[in-house]
Amino acid sequence: MLQISSLKRISILFVVLLGILFAFPNFFYKHVENYNDAIKSEALLDGVTNKSKLTYWWPKFLPSRLVNLGLDLRGGAHLLAEVNVEEVYASRMDSLWPAVRDALKAERGQIGSIRKLKESSFGQLRISVSKKEGLVRAIEIVQAMAVPVSSVNALGSKDLLVSGQDGELTIELSEAEKLATNDRTLKQSLEIIRRRVDEVGTREPTIQRQGERRILIQVPGIGSANELKSLIGTTAKLTFQEVVRRISNPDEAIRPENGLYKAYSKESTNAEYYILKKSPVVTGEDLTDAQPSFDQNGLPSVNFRFNPSGGKKFGLFTAKNIGSPFAIVLDNEVISAPVIRDAIMGGSGQISGSFSVEESSELSVLLRAGALPAGMIFLEERTIGPELGQDSIDAGKVACIVAFISVLVFMFLSYGLFGVFANVALIINVTLIFGLLSVVGATLTLPGIAGIVLTIGMAVDANVLIFERIREELKTAKGPARAIEVGYEKALSAILDANITTLITAIILFVMGSGPVRGFSITLGFGIITSVFTAIYLTRLFIIIWFERKRPKSIEV
Amino acid sequence: MRLKLIKGKTNYNFFNNWKLWLGLSSMLIILSGVSLFFQGLNYGIDFRGGTTIRTESEITIEVSKYRHALDALNLGDIVITEVFDPTFRENQNVTQIRIEAQEGDESITASTVKSVELALSALDPNIKFPLVESVGPKVSSELVKAAVWAVISAIGAVLFYIWLRFEWQFALGAVLALVHDIILTMGIFSQVQIKFDLAIIAALLTIVGYSLNDTVVVFDRVRENLRKYKKKNLSDVLNMSINETLARTIMTSVTTLLALFSLYVLGGDVIKGFVFAMIWGVIVGTYSSIFIAGTVLLYLGVKRDWSKSSANKGNQFGDIDA
Repeated sequence: MLQISSLKRISILFVVLLGILFAFPNFFYKHVENYNDAIKSEALLDGVTNKSKLTYWWPKFLPSRLVNLGLDLRGGAHLLAEVNVEEVYASRMDSLWPAVRDALKAERGQIGSIRKLKESSFGQLRISVSKKEGLVRAIEIVQAMAVPVSSVNALGSKDLLVSGQDGELTIELSEAEKLATNDRTLKQSLEIIRRRVDEVGTREPTIQRQGERRILIQVPGIGSANELKSLIGTTAKLTFQEVVRRISNPDEAIRPENGLYKAYSKESTNAEYYILKKSPVVTGEDLTDAQPSFDQNGLPSVNFRFNPSGGKKFGLFTAKNIGSPFAIVLDNEVISAPVIRDAIMGGSGQISGSFSVEESSELSVLLRAGALPAGMIFLEERTIGPELGQDSIDAGKVACIVAFISVLVFMFLSYGLFGVFANVALIINVTLIFGLLSVVGATLTLPGIAGIVLTIGMAVDANVLIFERIREELKTAKGPARAIEVGYEKALSAILDANITTLITAIILFVMGSGPVRGFSITLGFGIITSVFTAIYLTRLFIIIWFERKRPKSIEV
Repeated sequence: MRLKLIKGKTNYNFFNNWKLWLGLSSMLIILSGVSLFFQGLNYGIDFRGGTTIRTESEITIEVSKYRHALDALNLGDIVITEVFDPTFRENQNVTQIRIEAQEGDESITASTVKSVELALSALDPNIKFPLVESVGPKVSSELVKAAVWAVISAIGAVLFYIWLRFEWQFALGAVLALVHDIILTMGIFSQVQIKFDLAIIAALLTIVGYSLNDTVVVFDRVRENLRKYKKKNLSDVLNMSINETLARTIMTSVTTLLALFSLYVLGGDVIKGFVFAMIWGVIVGTYSSIFIAGTVLLYLGVKRDWSKSSANKGNQFGDIDA
């Protein structure tokens, strides 16, 4: 007969109350947000707070998790960047060259003279060997220089791939080493981007790796994607390189181990060029500090300091090359090329170019945060203004309310008292969705709001199935209690099948989709779960409680 | 007194004119195909790459002025559309400007966006750009692939599920109805040239879900009636089942459409295309689950000795219900 055990009743009501409790903070969004910020800054600053700025009213004992608003609702910038890992491969090869050269020169008797050739593809080192019969020996020598890959997934494999043909030696990174390098490069980039974005102190930026070599960056509240890009700084790669000579004709032929670099100048007229040795003496990775300051002529400059190993390398180089210039290269442009007057042993120095004060402080920030290990290109960028987000929220709210009211009215007109049961269940249903979203920490997007509105329309489906079934069963005159019971029983398989198929599509959307679409799949999926729950447990409980009290001889659905 | 859209017990014969319905659907599918082939879809930047800029100005500026300002920049194909929506404020003039992906650019040059913004600011110094989106060609081609996979795997997954729960004829009927819905939806998007972007794929998948929802409810009743009335011929059982579930089908469609229409009118222009797809999908989905799925089932025939096989061995997943 029609009954639910008291334990079940309590459990159902408990779930509902829990859902309402967790959804509750969202009705006081601003207050709870300020409260959370205050808690956070208290924890960070340990008592010294700017709490006075944040007004809020929120008791400590209530949950304070909120539904996160997506970028499309809050405004902000979204970037999808691809890290140019090939640059890292290439610079590895460039820095390998001096060691390879020395090792091969030591065996000149067998190998003959060697010469660096132009690489046929990026990240290769090609060397010609004059004695063809010595090639095998040359391969052996270089292979001995390879070290095991430092990665758990590539036990036993070496980092270099050496091959030779027709008196030509080709060296490149092995696949395992490339993967390990990608990993390292991405981790480094993520860390550096995070530090730079955090310096501005916006709320909850999303910075995550996507796939092999991509990084997704979402920063709410920032003015534009361009602003975000300049904050991250696409490359800011600092190197100190040996100068071969200074030229004005960029078409001049240069040897493979050297490279052509443009001199940095604000006026693009009469450009100057430098020919520099490609392998850097010291790179920005060895930099420990950089501060804006002024040089002896009172012009803006940047003071920097190396770590011990960088300082040593720099010291040795300057000691050997007193009287000749060296180049300070930022993003492949020569900022300045001072002449070395003394060996610089202390590991610190000064960069001065024709900077403005702002530029020198910006440069020092970039240097201090650490250079990105490789350049990035931006594949996707979106800027959403906060007003548009607010407009969307407002429009979504109105649409939700109107959808709600029209469905409620329609259900009442169609099913009377049973319609009221379904309506109460529907209201609880949407509350439960918000509760779930808050607990999981999911992000609500504009399509997500559409998902909720769609749920409002579709959630009544389960109840409709049941009510229509009860109507049918009533016709065969089994008495109201039996009709309700059979109605629920028979409608169940249709409800489950129909909702599971929709759930499948929601899951596929979640897996395949990204950003706003994923937001839609989340609300749709949660909506399905809560609507099945409310239809087969909650409205049933309402009906049974009502039935027990009234004991009607006949019912109208 | 109750509001009843379907009064009492209905007894329509849904298969009397099955040739008409199949003919109608075939014609619509062919029309969609022709439109898709010749006119194609109006892909958004998610799928074709490029940049869209939304402008908002408090003064009315003619589109031709925008065009004139932008033509000087030599950015290739530029589409400028005015956007109207009942949710806009009185002096809120919104346009959407789409710039194609610049040749040879893997990524988006910030200078392009900057130059457009500068050119437009000359028309109205207070102009605002609340939405600027750029997608590079590399990502857009991946998004196309991902979208196609999403739709195919969704169809595959439900095909599998229905095959488990019912019989293969049901699964095929349901999936043909689905494909029908998807083609017609893409057809109308091609015909009306509404922007087809990532969100529309989400809408397509939701249509898949909704249409199935409907189909499954009808099929569930067919399964039940097939067991109950072993002597009745298939078309009678199908007709009876569709009639019995008709009240529910209409009720649910109406509540869903009520919600969707309020979203369409009041939800702002950003998701209008998305909501339009769903409204269309609900209508087409309801139609197809009655006329297409049922007709396919009738054509394929169904094994009738359900009770015998399901009692012991049979389809082991067929009976976890009830």
